[in-house]
Amino acid sequence: MSNPSVLKNGLTLALIAGVCSGLVAVTYAFTEDKIEDNRKAFLEQKLKPALSGLFFEGDVTESVLTLQAPHGLPGKDDALIYRLYASGEPVAALFIVTARNGYSGPIRILLGVDISGVVTGLRILEHSETPGLGDKIDEDKSDWVQQFAGRSLEDPAIDGWQIRNDGGEFDQLTGASITPRAVIQAVRETLVYFAENKEQVFAMPGDSAQ
Amino acid sequence: MTEGRHLQGIATALWRDNPGLVQLLGLCPLLAVTGSFVNGLGLGIATLAVLTVSNGLVSATRRFLQKEIRIPIFVLIIASLVTCVELLFEAFFPALDRALGIFIPLIVTNCAIVARAEVFASRNPVVSSIVDGFGMGLGFLLVLVTIGLMRELVGQGTVFADMHLLFGGEPVNGLVVADAGWLIAILPPGAFFALAVAIAAKNAMDRRRSVRLRERTGLR
Repeated sequence: MSNPSVLKNGLTLALIAGVCSGLVAVTYAFTEDKIEDNRKAFLEQKLKPALSGLFFEGDVTESVLTLQAPHGLPGKDDALIYRLYASGEPVAALFIVTARNGYSGPIRILLGVDISGVVTGLRILEHSETPGLGDKIDEDKSDWVQQFAGRSLEDPAIDGWQIRNDGGEFDQLTGASITPRAVIQAVRETLVYFAENKEQVFAMPGDSAQ
Repeated sequence: MTEGRHLQGIATALWRDNPGLVQLLGLCPLLAVTGSFVNGLGLGIATLAVLTVSNGLVSATRRFLQKEIRIPIFVLIIASLVTCVELLFEAFFPALDRALGIFIPLIVTNCAIVARAEVFASRNPVVSSIVDGFGMGLGFLLVLVTIGLMRELVGQGTVFADMHLLFGGEPVNGLVVADAGWLIAILPPGAFFALAVAIAAKNAMDRRRSVRLRERTGLR
């Protein structure tokens, strides 16, 4: 029963596992800082389109607030809110929320709203919509997302926050109406949430304070 | 081991035993990421690196390999190498890493790698194993970029778009051949069509060559 080769095999496995772990550990130590920098740079790059025309102070990425569902914002994933301040006064909020009724899977969007409720910018962060049809919501593929900057719940009124086919004021995409409908609904719900909860949004302590 | 034999080994890996077109190994990543040339090239380079180093390590440790534990050891070696490659990609090609997404970690499951470890590296000296891994990896890479090129050209009307993902610098539009393409080529069915065309083209070339060879030698 007690087979000497079992012990030997076990030791060989352990030794090789140790060497392999060492290899991964060295690579990790070597790339750790670079990866962290990349993540931060990517995040800042990602937020930039929603920051245009805003004056604010401090590091955007430090004011983040993560809300877990149910949070009243669109989607069941965590919602992120970046708060911007100038001279201690709130200036704008950037929301990262999920539009859940896209054509294929959730659509992660970034929406910037200034303190008066005017959209500063909209970008699609992640989606898996059909290439060539629904993926035109991506700013690299078409300028569809550009139509939202400068709009608010007064422009158009809430009934106008739909695609033209449904009687709203926003362009649809040729061959794809489900995708823009989902995005516009998420934007509208986020604007309504911001209008109703403006004070709490800026009053809640950020992630780093918890 | 002579250099001539190594060269011949690489040639065999590239053409006669090509992992993508002949052995039909690793088709899942091959079909999934080849929507564009740059994605194919990125995954091809990552697979090439893993395959070369894993063959080398498996061959170097082949003395200690008892039959019963060889598969866990292959898995250990391949999985750690893939983790390293993933970290390196995340550090140095972050945009491409995002584009390839799950398929970098999934190199672990590319059966071409474990197949070469089992069939070749565990039975041959280090140098020829490294050469074999390199050859097989290069063969896989060539298929990836060929299919990527075909699908990008037909589906999007461009060639070599977004090369900045791999090489840095300003965004590159590539050569724009047409303003739009046939969408089907970028969608999943297009991957199967493109692979079928590539395999058929290879078989047609092989057949023509063997016919010519027979005519020349006068054999019937």
